[in-house]
Amino acid sequence: MMNLTLKIWRQKNANDKGKIVDYPVSGISPDMSFLEMLDVLNQELIEKGEEPVAFDHDCREGICGTCSLYINGRAHGPQTRITACQLHMRSFNDGDTIYIEPWRAKAFPVIKDLIVDRSSFDRIQQAGGFISVNTSGNTQDANAIPIEKEHADKSFDAATCIGCGACVASCKNSSAMLFVSAKVSQFALLPQGQVEATDRVLNMVKQMDAEGFGNCTNTGACEVECPKGISLENIARMNREYLAASLKG
Amino acid sequence: MSGILKSSVGRKFAMALSAFFLMIFLVMHVSINFTSVFSEELFNNMSHFMGTNPLVQGLMQPILIFGVIFHFVMGFVLEYKNRQSREVSYAKNVPSGNSSWVSRNMLLSGVVILAFLALHFYDFWIHEMTVKYVEGDMSGLVDANNPESGFRYYEELREKFVSPVRVGIYAVSFVLLSLHLLHGFNSAFQSVGANNKYVKSLKGFSKVYAIGVPALFIFIALFHHFTH
Repeated sequence: MMNLTLKIWRQKNANDKGKIVDYPVSGISPDMSFLEMLDVLNQELIEKGEEPVAFDHDCREGICGTCSLYINGRAHGPQTRITACQLHMRSFNDGDTIYIEPWRAKAFPVIKDLIVDRSSFDRIQQAGGFISVNTSGNTQDANAIPIEKEHADKSFDAATCIGCGACVASCKNSSAMLFVSAKVSQFALLPQGQVEATDRVLNMVKQMDAEGFGNCTNTGACEVECPKGISLENIARMNREYLAASLKG
Repeated sequence: MSGILKSSVGRKFAMALSAFFLMIFLVMHVSINFTSVFSEELFNNMSHFMGTNPLVQGLMQPILIFGVIFHFVMGFVLEYKNRQSREVSYAKNVPSGNSSWVSRNMLLSGVVILAFLALHFYDFWIHEMTVKYVEGDMSGLVDANNPESGFRYYEELREKFVSPVRVGIYAVSFVLLSLHLLHGFNSAFQSVGANNKYVKSLKGFSKVYAIGVPALFIFIALFHHFTH
């Protein structure tokens, strides 16, 4: 069993200034997930009549992209290619001090404690992260369209982005380019995505800039911290798509 | 196409284009400078050509000055916007776990290079402009009234590298330029949308360029310092 000191960002609401608060926790099993450890802490806080720590979580199996914790200075903690819910306490040592903070970005304002508002991602998606398909009953079976395997694989890889925002959180510029480029790429690589390709990339980049995300300076931090390993190749592809669309438009 | 520079992608594209231009210029500059190591006559002739050719002086020089100013101004604009995108910093952040120091400190290396450029302009460019366009001496000779006196460029170059302090400043600045290029070379390709197997094969070349070109500049400064 482990005894830990947690330094957790507490913020009552969006307008509160917020601060780091220390919480000692004991009897933590190395086999617990990180979120289960927070559940233990919250149970203790509730029993003491204190406000539990608010944090985002849903599937708890690395699929939904909801958990968004900056743990000991890294998005989703010290391990790579996992989300915070897939992180286990065996990644830490007895006696450790662990910092737990929300994603930090102007476009991800803190709602409460460790929960941030990521609706800016939703608005970027709404600006063009889709294909318009006629669903009148005569829709062509997508599997009937031959697609080069390399393109299909890269499109699938891009589509594995769960929109967790770790790319933004770990980028020194709070750039959302890895996320946006993944959403652009998953369609740009497929014939179904070609029809709206020009408008898609122009509108999504425009919305991304309007949300206040920073510029990409190609540090590669986003790729390293992405739980799904989304490649920087997607940003280059989005840049190509954007420049070509700008020339057309 | 209109308003492309207002977008984050467009700004990075423009930044990359100016970087490519400056990287090509650096190769030309170091090539000419390197001739001073083995041929005083060749260096003098090339310097005189570059300093008096109307195409170089009237077209290429203004484009170069614009490219330098644009690269620095755009760098500061991007940095300002990037800093605005995160209003609250992390209490604990470990960026070394996911990115290199040089990639995170392009502004720092860029500012040092900017300071060096100010010295460089003071040392060479302002002097050249004064002699040629203020005093009206386009001869390039040590003594404008004596055709036998020979070109002045080689001796002026060697004179600048007598001071160990100036040589030290040059060396430190070029080390920072090397760090700047170590990230900037590949970053420029990424910004223009080139990230394929051909560009990835350039990574080895980019290291040779980023270390080799500044190292040559340092070598030239040290050569003249120790052989003067």
